[in-house]
Amino acid sequence: MSRTRRHVSRWLPALIVFVASIAFWELLVRAFDIQDFLLPAPSDILATLRDDWSELWSAAFFTFREAVAGYVIGCTAGFLAAAAIARFRLLRAAVMPYAIAAGAIPIIAFAPITNNWFGVTGMSSKIAIAAILCFFPMLVNTMRGLTSVPASSLELMRSYAASELTVFRRVRLPTSLPYVFSGLKVATVLAMIGAIVGDYFGGAPGALGVEIRRWVGIFAFDQAWAGIVLASVLGILFYGAVALVERFALSWHPSVRGAGAE
Amino acid sequence: MSAGLFLAVLATLWVLWESFKAFGEAVDLRLGQFEPNDRTMPHVHDIVGTLFEPSRRNGPLLIDILWDAALFTAKEAAVGFALGALVGFALGAALAHSGLLQRGFLPYVIASQTIPILAVAPMVVVWVNPRLPPSLKDWGAVAVIAAYLTFFPVTINTMRGLTSVDPRALELMRSYAATNWKVLWKLRVPTALPFIFAALKIAAPASVVGAIIGELPASIQNGLGGAILNFNQYYITAPQRLWATNLIAALLGITFFLLVLLAERLVVRRAPEHVG
Amino acid sequence: MSEPVVSLRGVTKSFEAAGVTALQSIDLDVGPGEFVSLIGPSGCGKSTLLRVVGDLVEPTSGTVVVNGKSARQARRDGDYGIVFQDAVLYDWRTVTKNIALPLELLGWDKARRAERVEELLRLVELKGFGDHHPWQLSGGMQQRVAIARALSFSPALLLMDEPFGALDEMTRERLNGELLRIWEASGATVVFVTHSIAEAVFLSTRVVVMSRRPGRIAALVDVDLPHPRNADTREEPRFFELVTAVRDRLREGGLDEESTAPGEGELLVGEETA
Repeated sequence: MSRTRRHVSRWLPALIVFVASIAFWELLVRAFDIQDFLLPAPSDILATLRDDWSELWSAAFFTFREAVAGYVIGCTAGFLAAAAIARFRLLRAAVMPYAIAAGAIPIIAFAPITNNWFGVTGMSSKIAIAAILCFFPMLVNTMRGLTSVPASSLELMRSYAASELTVFRRVRLPTSLPYVFSGLKVATVLAMIGAIVGDYFGGAPGALGVEIRRWVGIFAFDQAWAGIVLASVLGILFYGAVALVERFALSWHPSVRGAGAE
Repeated sequence: MSAGLFLAVLATLWVLWESFKAFGEAVDLRLGQFEPNDRTMPHVHDIVGTLFEPSRRNGPLLIDILWDAALFTAKEAAVGFALGALVGFALGAALAHSGLLQRGFLPYVIASQTIPILAVAPMVVVWVNPRLPPSLKDWGAVAVIAAYLTFFPVTINTMRGLTSVDPRALELMRSYAATNWKVLWKLRVPTALPFIFAALKIAAPASVVGAIIGELPASIQNGLGGAILNFNQYYITAPQRLWATNLIAALLGITFFLLVLLAERLVVRRAPEHVG
Repeated sequence: MSEPVVSLRGVTKSFEAAGVTALQSIDLDVGPGEFVSLIGPSGCGKSTLLRVVGDLVEPTSGTVVVNGKSARQARRDGDYGIVFQDAVLYDWRTVTKNIALPLELLGWDKARRAERVEELLRLVELKGFGDHHPWQLSGGMQQRVAIARALSFSPALLLMDEPFGALDEMTRERLNGELLRIWEASGATVVFVTHSIAEAVFLSTRVVVMSRRPGRIAALVDVDLPHPRNADTREEPRFFELVTAVRDRLREGGLDEESTAPGEGELLVGEETA
């Protein structure tokens, strides 16, 4: 199968579903005259996006910056912590269950506290929430990756009398990459959601979550929905960007090249 | 994991908290707007202590209030979890069945999680609640929101689990002339169980998060979400109450997680996902 | 025998936790340029013995001298290369970079590495595959890469743990021939663990037959087949005699442990005193 045909057959169904859904949505809203509070028509949302673009965009971008900042901080911290902990078997065994359990804590409930710590209107509070949300999945995934090296590979390295650092650089790190990227992708969505939901407990006047809440409050539902759509699109683009980087970084991995080929 | 190790970790966390607080207060530490003091970092014993005091004059103990709130939220979360898990399982099975369906719908399943559910929540509340029987009217919408956060991991992992069957095991089934249905229940589902439980372990606490978040726009007072908003208002005067509420919320999330872990031990008579 | 490359005296290995004695009082010398196969029933400790030589497992007692040094020092000095049953190639490196890995660790500069890898690719007959990735190669080709990598720094000793065990019979026989060619060209000493009697006889100058657990040396069989060996060698009467001899020694070692004095072997047809 030629490369173009392969690409087309991969993406065509999704494209068809997209177009069909939009069309169906438009029809549904018009036919049943659904309140624009509940669900406006796609055409209305597009119109609002066009008309109020600068207002919508500045709000969305503000929140996006919060999310990205938190993402970078949280993922880096999670990665470094995992790298430090993975070396020591005892520490690893002690920490892993807690790291997993920590993911069970509704971290979003800490938003009021970070607001009190860093101030309601500043970016820092939402950045902190996003960072904490990203930290634990990165920690867990990176630790799993770093410890997933097969024994025979470690024996090989021992036969070369390679130092721990060398083994880490040349074997553990590349082996852990698929897991690390798994964590990075999950974290993109968490960071965005964290930033927006954090706004609910109070945020800067220009932040997206705050604006959406305000629009709902004044019955400006077109703007509210446009804001929601924009937030969602940004989240998807963020995820997609990381997934794209993954494709290049992991070009050698079965999941990217299609396992079972030749 | 031994009880001793568990207590040791808790003790370590306690010591870290108190020593950071003490250190920060001694050197007037400042991180942006943050500085450690009794308001931003109440003592651990104050946080735990305040649970056993009434939160308003002549009122019930805080822990009683929070216990009731936790049960209320737990109810919403449990229903949401069950709903989300069922939908996730069905959706995952459907996507596993057909590569075409997968290519068509999977991107949107993933994209669905980028929609800030909190922002959509008021709409969900307005639409769902009137359509529910009276007993569910108050909190039904919250369960739906909890389900929204639950179905995604279950879908993805069900799909992966059902499609990760050893081809030779499939061939064996075919040699027995087993029907598709039999193959599903006797081979694919047992193979998928570890994956599904891995997802349930993520989904269970997610349902708690969904329930707490869902209560906020629905203006529900009886749950933990309401309690958080309430004590947030009075943070300046009694910071340890908000912390205590968060502690209870954390315990609720962890409890849900542990329940799924327990269920996994009972159901999957194989090595569960290796923890560490 | 001139100064042996590997010298084991009274090597014993027991695993406390499992309550198992894998090796019992092994005495063995491997001379320079020899091709020695270790063969024995499952669990007889042959892989453990290989790892003791490579300082990947520490013996409970006894001495191990490799290349005139302690096993630990020999490992640190890179005196041996090892090949496992699983090729252990890194998917994120090309064939060239996989072969060059130990050279990178030894600090060779780029030009020197490139030259050596070219040589090795020619030696294992994988010229032109340098830029491929491991997953693009068949199992047999992957093992050839693993062998090239093991020889990259020209070690005196080559340790091989059932390297062809996962391959089909025909590929195996072909790779046996190639391995002999590579061995002759490199002049290395080889210690080779295998399950296959035919493979052991075909490849070796000497076959070490081990007994059931606890593993002892049941017999040493000298293989006096002429070099160079090829497909025809497998059909010679002498080949079959030797295979039968090894099989008999294996059966004895398996059934009746007491008949073999610990550490000493029964020397058989075609023996030479060390």
